[in-house]
Amino acid sequence: MADGIKDKVAVIGMGCTKFGERWDVGAEQLMVEAYQECLEDAGIDMKQIDAAWLGTCYDELSLGKAAVGLANTMHFPYIPVTRVENFCATGTEAFRGAAYAIASGACDIALAIGVEKLKDTGYGGLPAIDSNAGALNGQTLPNVSAPGLFAQLASAYRAKHGVSKEDLKRAMATVSSKSHDNGAKNPKAHLRKPVSVEKIMSAPFVADPLGLFDCCGVSDGSACAILTTPEIAKSLGKKDIITIKSIQIAVSNAQELAYKEWDGSYFATTRNASRRAYEEAGIKNPREEISMMELHDCFSITELVTYEDIGISPVGGAIKDIMDGFYHADGKVPCQIDGGLKCFGHPIGASGLRMLYEMYLQLLGRAGDRQLKDPKYGLTHNLGGFPHNNICAVSIIGRQN
Amino acid sequence: MVGITSYGGYIPRMRINRGVIYGANAWMAPGLIGFASGERSFCNWDEDSLTMAVEASRDCIKGFDKSAIDLVYFASVTFPFLDRQNAGILATALNLNEEIGSADFSASMRAGSAALIAALNAVKAGDYRNALVAAADRRIAKMAYLQELWYGDGGAALMVGTENIIAEYLGNYTVTVDFVDHFRGADRDYDYNWEERWIRDEGYGKIVPRAVKGLMEKLNVEGKDISKFIMPCVFGGAAQQVAGMFGIDPAVVADNLQNVCGETGTAHPLVMLVAALQEAKPGDKILVTSFGQGCAAMLFQVTDNITKLKDRMGISGSLADRKEENNYIKFLTYRDLVTQDWGMRAEANWKTALTALYRERKRILGMVGGKCTKCGTEQFPKMEICVNPNCGAIGTQVDCEFANLSGKIMSYTGDLLTFTLDPPAHYGMIVFENEGRAMMDFTDYETGKIEVGLPVKNVFRIRNFDRDRGFVQYIWKAKPILVEEEA
Repeated sequence: MADGIKDKVAVIGMGCTKFGERWDVGAEQLMVEAYQECLEDAGIDMKQIDAAWLGTCYDELSLGKAAVGLANTMHFPYIPVTRVENFCATGTEAFRGAAYAIASGACDIALAIGVEKLKDTGYGGLPAIDSNAGALNGQTLPNVSAPGLFAQLASAYRAKHGVSKEDLKRAMATVSSKSHDNGAKNPKAHLRKPVSVEKIMSAPFVADPLGLFDCCGVSDGSACAILTTPEIAKSLGKKDIITIKSIQIAVSNAQELAYKEWDGSYFATTRNASRRAYEEAGIKNPREEISMMELHDCFSITELVTYEDIGISPVGGAIKDIMDGFYHADGKVPCQIDGGLKCFGHPIGASGLRMLYEMYLQLLGRAGDRQLKDPKYGLTHNLGGFPHNNICAVSIIGRQN
Repeated sequence: MVGITSYGGYIPRMRINRGVIYGANAWMAPGLIGFASGERSFCNWDEDSLTMAVEASRDCIKGFDKSAIDLVYFASVTFPFLDRQNAGILATALNLNEEIGSADFSASMRAGSAALIAALNAVKAGDYRNALVAAADRRIAKMAYLQELWYGDGGAALMVGTENIIAEYLGNYTVTVDFVDHFRGADRDYDYNWEERWIRDEGYGKIVPRAVKGLMEKLNVEGKDISKFIMPCVFGGAAQQVAGMFGIDPAVVADNLQNVCGETGTAHPLVMLVAALQEAKPGDKILVTSFGQGCAAMLFQVTDNITKLKDRMGISGSLADRKEENNYIKFLTYRDLVTQDWGMRAEANWKTALTALYRERKRILGMVGGKCTKCGTEQFPKMEICVNPNCGAIGTQVDCEFANLSGKIMSYTGDLLTFTLDPPAHYGMIVFENEGRAMMDFTDYETGKIEVGLPVKNVFRIRNFDRDRGFVQYIWKAKPILVEEEA
């Protein structure tokens, strides 16, 4: 394996809008809101940005194709701007583009921004797959939705580990309830009400066994990061320098779809991406060394299964850890301390950067009521696609030394 | 010698009690009471004449060498396409050889029998060796029409050939008379029907006997020789009356299936023939009549081979796969007779790229996957590069049929978010007996009865309607086999 980018890239500024049903603003205003906070945090001038990456998933809903939506909004002085899209892992993909540009020496200061304006569809949930699916997918894909595809995990997990419907449902509800408690403390979160396990369990189904509260918020929002080298960060007068320890992506290769091995109860990509991320970061025992995590909790079952695939809970052991409070705010490895996708919300292109934003605030001791004690490493897990065909992005950031 | 070499049948699973239809309409059409007994079959939302013909044909060709089929005829008055050969879609769904003859037969209740006679003649003439004849109908009647009670949905398929004949074809006699009992203009969705008493007396009562008389004289047979008399006709006693004119024992008049299914349009003579063949003994003479702008009469003699043809659903088997659905609004919905608000997700644009459909027709319509000739891994879809991580060979795959493989559910859900006419939409990963797999829509499911490990079989169904353009997309779906059905 190559050396990787550990400690080669510093995060010197971040910004994030309030997520939610932002009826009054479009993608342009959302981006400016996150960008302003980020630029002020970095303490630099717009003209110092050498290159920018934009992440949006549903281009047809907001900015359209290509990177001009970002460049036009910010009036960048003809710098390179690239738009990336990788399903729900889009935000991390933008971050990775900017990080690699810095690590390679191609530029000194790079910006990554993600945005999604989802609440222009007229209905709840993500936009339906239709003619945008592609000429062949538009004739071959089954009639699926995101909750329905993630719900499949539950049936396969039950079959694999011999778990009852009731026990799994209660563990899933505990996952969501924990995130509601966390989100209630976050002024930027979309959903800010604590919800009891019992209420979550009795909510109507969206896709069996996922009920309403097993699903994350569908939100408008934007998040942004400015990256540079640790040396330049220091020259800019930064004291607490946050550096990237690793960014790893693993993409499904059709084995889950068409080969006999995968049993549907786990994410093959996450197991690969997390293993490589720990290697790149030099982390030997993640259960002991990772201080906090933001996982891609698009659905409660996703978070539950990911506890295992990310290498923190043993395989088959997630339910015990959940019920023990291991991932609660006062647990050993607090998870979704900002509310997660569940309550902070999920504007697709922004989510990967939103996760990093919370880890960044925590590492700098700027997380207010949610502040954890002396975190060392923050891990983000940003998953695009569906259990049988997905993109998994795992990032780890921490203080420079 | 030419004759029938195999048969298959398909009646959709759902049945509505006619009393339910009558009850909903009695306030305006109390006269319907005369036809309100028994039940009728009706298609799931994703079934039409083509999908029923595919299922009946699969039943028919079970155990046969498909490569020997060189002619396909499909008859219906409810084809999904007016101009795109429906027999060609049928042949593709069955993954038949492309070096074959094919034709659609339509525009009369006599289209099914005409297709059968044409196939028999084509094989008799030596132009073709094995002809598959399918007929199916999903006729739509307006609410409270008598025909809403009269019609049923269903289909049948027959194989015609010269070897291993189960019923020898002795001949036909046809009269063509422009008797308009009903009609459907080219720009109309529904039939227009004349008075039933006139149809019974002047139509069935006079035109059918002309054909039967002609056939008996032509083939020199008498009424007492007939072991089964098939006369599709909804009017009680009409068939017995015709039989009586020729000395045919009223006891050998075939049941018109009105009580359990309803009249399946142009398919009905074939449906009744398949039902008769399922009970036939060697030596039986079966006389089939087919009324519609005249009448065709055909005579078949059952051979000893009938006892060798086993393991077919036929009509009796598919009648046994029955699900009572007495929600009249659901029945009307599935026949596109009511307008609901299905929400914005139902508005999706489903334009079909015909170029992509053509390139991938075997995959999409035939459920043909690939088999790697290097490592033997069978996979769906057929891939350029073998999916086996220990192989990865490029360009080594040959066609591998998945349609007839049995499978088991690996994961599933019942989804209330995505738009379907049968919520919650069930789908999941299916693992097949060859260790291949596919994420598939389910159909004919029952909420609450699906679990990991449940066996499924593949069925050819409608995927989507492109209502803006009048196109119908088809796809293979997984039909869960519920435990009580297995028993």
